Amino acid sequence: MPKMNIIQAVNDALMLAMRADPRVVVLGEDVGKFGGVFRATLGLQEAFGADRVIDTPLAESGIIGTAIGMAIYGTRPVAEIQFSDFIYPAFDQIVNELAKYRYRSGGEYPCPMVIRTPVGGGIRGGHYHSQSPEALFCHQAGLIVVQPSNPYDAKGLLLSAIASEDPVLVLEPKRIYRGPDHGTNWSAHPKGEVPAGEYRVPFGKAAIARELSGQGTPVTLITYGAMVHTCGKAAGLASAQGIDTELIDLRSLLPYDLEAICESAKKTGRVVVAHEAPRTCGYGAEIVAAVTEACFDWLEAPVLRVTGWDTPFPYALESAYLPDPARVFQALDRVARYK
Amino acid sequence: MTFPTLIADASASAPFPRFTADDTAAMLGTFRVLAPDGAPIAPDATLENGTGVADEDALSMLRSMIRQRAIDERMLGLQRQGRIGFYGAATGQEAATIAPAQALELRDWIHPALREGGMALHRGYPLWTYLSQCLGNKDDTSTKGRQMPCHYGSRQHNFVTLSSVMATQMPQAVGTAYAMALAHDAPDRPLCFGAIGDGATSEGDFHVAMTSAGVMRPKGLGLPLILYCQNNQWAISTPVEKQTAAPTLAVKALGYGLVGVRVDGNDALAVLRVVRAAAASVRAGGVPVFIEAVTYRVGAHSTSDDPSRYRDEAVTLQWQQRDPIVRLSTYLQQRGVLEDGEAQRMAVQYDEEVRGVLAQVEGLPPPPLASLFEDVYAELPPHLARQLAEVRALQP
Repeated sequence: MPKMNIIQAVNDALMLAMRADPRVVVLGEDVGKFGGVFRATLGLQEAFGADRVIDTPLAESGIIGTAIGMAIYGTRPVAEIQFSDFIYPAFDQIVNELAKYRYRSGGEYPCPMVIRTPVGGGIRGGHYHSQSPEALFCHQAGLIVVQPSNPYDAKGLLLSAIASEDPVLVLEPKRIYRGPDHGTNWSAHPKGEVPAGEYRVPFGKAAIARELSGQGTPVTLITYGAMVHTCGKAAGLASAQGIDTELIDLRSLLPYDLEAICESAKKTGRVVVAHEAPRTCGYGAEIVAAVTEACFDWLEAPVLRVTGWDTPFPYALESAYLPDPARVFQALDRVARYK
Repeated sequence: MTFPTLIADASASAPFPRFTADDTAAMLGTFRVLAPDGAPIAPDATLENGTGVADEDALSMLRSMIRQRAIDERMLGLQRQGRIGFYGAATGQEAATIAPAQALELRDWIHPALREGGMALHRGYPLWTYLSQCLGNKDDTSTKGRQMPCHYGSRQHNFVTLSSVMATQMPQAVGTAYAMALAHDAPDRPLCFGAIGDGATSEGDFHVAMTSAGVMRPKGLGLPLILYCQNNQWAISTPVEKQTAAPTLAVKALGYGLVGVRVDGNDALAVLRVVRAAAASVRAGGVPVFIEAVTYRVGAHSTSDDPSRYRDEAVTLQWQQRDPIVRLSTYLQQRGVLEDGEAQRMAVQYDEEVRGVLAQVEGLPPPPLASLFEDVYAELPPHLARQLAEVRALQP
């Protein structure tokens, strides 16, 4: 099976989709000749021409607005927003237009399209190249929001997104584009093995990134994106301290897999939710509330969050801002010891 | 302050536009066919009827314009009685609304703004649906009762469902035109018509759309795109002079490499001819056209507005003297194709039609409860299924 990193997996999905369906077009800033600042669209313009792989003017609301107008006519656009930190000029088009088109038109104008955008910190990008805006978009009825944590899911989720009848926002954790951790690449990781042809990862289905071993106090750790790998390390640290972690990789943030979450929470009674984004009104608040509503009788400890701080994303002190394995471990330890 | 040239030179016309991106005369002047008294300004013997418009086209527009006014008057009355929550009338703007619909083909897509509902009606969008939309009842197929009045839409009529947000439809119109250009070849291709008001030309999305409209050239041709601004000179209480310091709105096209044309929006024949020529040009692959149709909002912005608080109604009176329906019907009477009193009889007949349909749709129930959760997604996801069960359990 081919080995791919996330960029290659995204590129492979786009190549396959454009070859299979002439309605698929790609548009965004620098996506054509240059192949995108992260090279996700490399070679597409060469293969499919400048009319289908479109270098747009530098205007995010124009990229999304144009894509919406294409989608309602029957084209299948895949728009790239270069960094999610720059998505806000298009927020109106996404929230008020894209998300509501099917509903406001009584089902007459569905708007199936994809927005891909890199998210998250860990690349020394300061607060305009590092933010995690998922909560803002998960609050919008009508959108599907996904975030892969590995090359296999990146390709499978993107192919599902392009085939979807609904608008899908694909948040790509840029820190792990080329490897699950600094200094390592995907070739040594099982999820770096990516099937060559078309396959789909379904929406609304979480993955178990680490199963319970049956040794020690069981704890459920719920996360997504690059934090899956941070949390995996934390689970390793915890294992040495007698804590047995089931690690859930949500993959889909809207809709999310409540069933998988509850199944695990009822099994362990101890739950930690982790993400890079700020804590207050962050995505984790939804998961904590859902666990509390659905699994209260099974809980043995308060449900804890490990998150970025409620500050703008910093530059020099990035490592103090981002949750690291030690911080996640502390939370696992606290819920495991809670009596 | 108003646009003084329109008052002073109402019987003069700029030359017919050339539809080239350097035709500044077409951007700064105003093209007219009829003077406010209905007389052709400069009859041209080489054109049909001297005006370039067949009588049947003029009559077709007149009927829809009179019908639009009858609907608007009835709906304003309904709002004042509290029977609908909101209404945005096109009173005084009927020519600017109906003439483009006459000029376009049904395969052309319309991305409307607030006052283009008459374009849908002219295309055959049923009055039953139009009134049901305003009432939010079960027969509102435009929005299934999900939007406030005047948010019409119909896939059958290629009339994209309006949102209340300003100018967002402009980049979308660019995208629809792009999709059309990919799917069809010039010169026989459908076009996209994006409508906007003068106030929304201050929005970022207007600028973004004008930029993209000029730059995007699939298959090496201009987009099949007309961007159309009804300049009714008022955005609620804010006059157009506070939206722009440019001498006209049409001249903005120059800065984006588009064709700009300014036309008297109260002259149905002039609007028809300009939109027709623009359509032929962009279908063939010419540069996209931005049209400013100068008109005047003789009524309030909406039923929640009182213009006497912020503007000189003496000016409004002047504009009422330039009524587009009077202008067109006088012209047709002078041509001998409209009898004396016929326009008045039409108005009565259309009012009866509106009242008749209204009597039938006003008692219709609201959409079913389950429709609250339909169309959020193509299929009902688990969390919405749970919420639907919750709201059902709350019903008596």
